[in-house]
This record gives sequence, structure tokens and C-alpha cells, in this order.
Amino acid sequence: MCLALPARIVELLDGDQCRVELGGVRKEISLALIDGAAVGDYVIVHVGYALTKLDPEEAAQTLALFAEAGLDPATAFAQDDTATPQ
Amino acid sequence: MKYVDEFRDQALAAGLARAIAHEAGTGRDYAFMEFCGGHTHTLSRYGIADLLPPTLRMIHGPGCPVCVLPIGRVDMAIRLALSRPEVILCTYGDCLRVPASDGLSLLKAKALGADVRMVYSAADALALAQREPGREVVFFAIGFETTTPPTALVLRQAAQQGLANFSVICNHVLTPAAIAAILEPPGGNAPQAVHIDGFIGPAHVSTIIGSRPYEAFAATHGKPVVIAGFEPLDVMQAILMLLRQVNTGRAEVENEFTRAVTRDGNLKAQALVAEVFEPRASFEWRGLGTLPDSALRIRPAFAAWDAETKFGLDYTPVPDNKACECGAILRGVKAPIDCKLFGTVCTPETPMGSCMVSSEGACAAHYNYGRFRDVPVQVTDTAASRNQETA
Repeated sequence: MCLALPARIVELLDGDQCRVELGGVRKEISLALIDGAAVGDYVIVHVGYALTKLDPEEAAQTLALFAEAGLDPATAFAQDDTATPQ
Repeated sequence: MKYVDEFRDQALAAGLARAIAHEAGTGRDYAFMEFCGGHTHTLSRYGIADLLPPTLRMIHGPGCPVCVLPIGRVDMAIRLALSRPEVILCTYGDCLRVPASDGLSLLKAKALGADVRMVYSAADALALAQREPGREVVFFAIGFETTTPPTALVLRQAAQQGLANFSVICNHVLTPAAIAAILEPPGGNAPQAVHIDGFIGPAHVSTIIGSRPYEAFAATHGKPVVIAGFEPLDVMQAILMLLRQVNTGRAEVENEFTRAVTRDGNLKAQALVAEVFEPRASFEWRGLGTLPDSALRIRPAFAAWDAETKFGLDYTPVPDNKACECGAILRGVKAPIDCKLFGTVCTPETPMGSCMVSSEGACAAHYNYGRFRDVPVQVTDTAASRNQETA
């Protein structure tokens, strides 16, 4: 029910609407629930509405954490406190 | 697809599985609840259960709006759609097959002549009302905090446009109340409560409400909460973070889904919801009983667009099918395979209980992706040679 997917804004339209693209599919959705979205931003889309903008830097950091956790556990745990995102 | 594929990477998953096994190797057992049906679906679909050590148990929570919707609310919509030919009843696809009283569902009511339509978005229902001024368009709205802001938006638009032929049956429910109810069942029937060491917190609900609402819960109950995205690596990382909290004696709110969730959430959406909705004194949840302050209703200022007021709809509670274990499964007390109906008379094609209806329901997820895990695997020579032929 809470299914939502990150999609890229490709065109801003009138009336708080925009066109997004996800995996080659384009769809018109509403930006009425968020502020300051621009072409090129990724937004999380749920039932035709963008819920929030996606933060690319945070995404990169989370991916780095996954990689770090999979290293030799003994060394990964030495960095426990700094590795936990807040 | 960017921000999707990289969060499903197999090599990273293997690394996370090793880290989880290492962190869980303390000799004790762990039980975590994933509150959201989205996480339940991810755990089943990607086979994460097979990557977890046997001492770590994931308990499926009640965070599936279709699953917790009581029969009486669906009955209300069916009665309205069957009794008033001018009504077009619109709802999300998940709701159409929920079993209701008298062997009916909204889909079966449609077969009996009711005008029931599936919509992708609340905006589609509003647009239908604009196109069909001679009909009464009623949107049967369900969902947690994720799905509530779009409903609030269309209600405000209907009010602004003076659109008299549009109204909403509001079934929107609140996550924090339900999480608390898992640990403190209403009526004080504590023996029904299941032991849980920590919670995976909602992904998209939290994009709206933020991580702050869980802080009081974690502090009061002494249970860690890790908010996680719905991709498989997100869920595995959250399990690792929960293990680390438990092993170091912490009970904090941590946020794995920082790419989309902040502490404060979406303030614009929160303000909109507060403008249109107010708390209901109590609401019945399937499996959890009647919970105080656990749902929303439409504010009196928008009463003209509240279908319950407009059509004088009354709610009549209806008990579940006696053999159906959805209630105990939603509380985490039982697993799908503990139900006699599971996989026999109750399947995704012919659901008897709500947990089999939505793909996020614990029963549907286990049926679609996990039911053969319960069957001992026997490899025979015949099967081996057939595999060689096809290889």
C-alpha cells in the first residue's frame, strides 16, 4: 500500500504538476506536497504524488555503509560509532 | 533504475549477511518486528529470511492498511454502493478483493451491479467527479500517513471548487498508535503480547511524519527502532543496526533511510493533513481491536465532503471468520502457517482473510514467495538428471 518509487523529474508542468521518468516510463504526477523541486531531482512517488525529494549525498553514504559492513567484520566493528547514520 | 538497482546488489547483500551473522553470534536469540507490509514483502520476495541466522526471527507486523481494515468498514462501502445507484465508489485496487460480510467484496458488489471503480490516485477520483456531475463520486480512502496527504489534498480541492458530488469515506490510520498496541494490547491482555527486541520502522510513512514520533516510543518501551527503506539492502542494514543496538544495550531511534527521511518529516504535508483531518476518538483495527487516537476523521469544516455524514453511514462491527487467524498473525503471535486455512481454502486467488489479499499481507507474502520453504526438500536422481538435460 505504501509502495513508492524514486523517479526523476524531467519536466515541470502547470498546476504543481510535473512529468517523471522511471526506467523508461514517463508519467505525470503532482508536486503539491513538496516545495522547491527542479528538473533533474529525484522524488519518491506514491499514488501519483511526490512525497519527498531524494537526497543523493545521503544515498551515496548509505551505499558506502553497506559496503563497509560487508568488509571483514572485525575491522568494520572497530568503526561502529562513526558508521551508524543518524 | 537509479536509487533502486544499487540497493538490490547481490554482492553487498552477501557482505551484509556475513556482518549480520557475526553480530548475531552471541549465543542468544533475537526477535525483531518489521512493522510495514512493505518490509514483509521485501523480506519474502528477496529471500532475506534465508540469509538470516536461525537465532534471528523476523515477526511480521500490522503495517498493511488493507489487512487491518475491519470488515465493518468494507461493509459500509458495499452497502452504500449497492443501495444508491447514483454512487460511483472509487478505491485503490488493494481494497477491491477484501472479504466482507455475506461472502461479498467490493469486486463482487460490482458484479451485482454496483458501480465500483479502481483508481490509481485520489486525484483520479476527484477528476471523475468533475467529469460526472450527475453522479455521486465517493472515494473509499485507506492507508497510513503515506497515503493520507493526497486524500487531504483532494478534499481541500473539492472544497475550494465547491464540488458537491464528491465525498470521502475516511479510513486513514496512524502508525505510532499501532506500534504501541503491539507491546500494550488494549484491554491489558498482556499474555497475547509477543516478545520483540526491536522494530524496523516504516519507510514511506516516515518520509511524511519524520523520525521524531518514534522517539517517545523507543524511550518509553526501551525498544530500538530503525527506520529503513523498502529495498532489500535497506532492510538488511536495518537488521544489522538493530542487532548492534541490542548488543550494546541501546534503545534509540536510528534512521537508515536518510536519503528520504528527516527527523521532522514533510512539514507541508503534515500541515495539510492537520487542516483537513482530526483524530478519531477510537477506531477498530482488524486483529488489534479498538484503539484510541489511532485514526483520522474529516474535520467538521469539510463535513459536506465526508461521505459518512453526507449519507448517514453507520459502522457495525463484524467478527472475523472463526477459522481465520489474521488477528493473531497481525499481532505477531502466530505465523501464516499456523492457520488451518493457509494455502488450502485461503489463497491469493480466493482470500478468506485480509492478510491474504494485499501482496504486503503476511500470508500473501509467505504464500507467493515462501511457502515451499516449509516443505523439506528431497533431491532425487530423476530431478537431478532432468536438471542436467535442461542445463
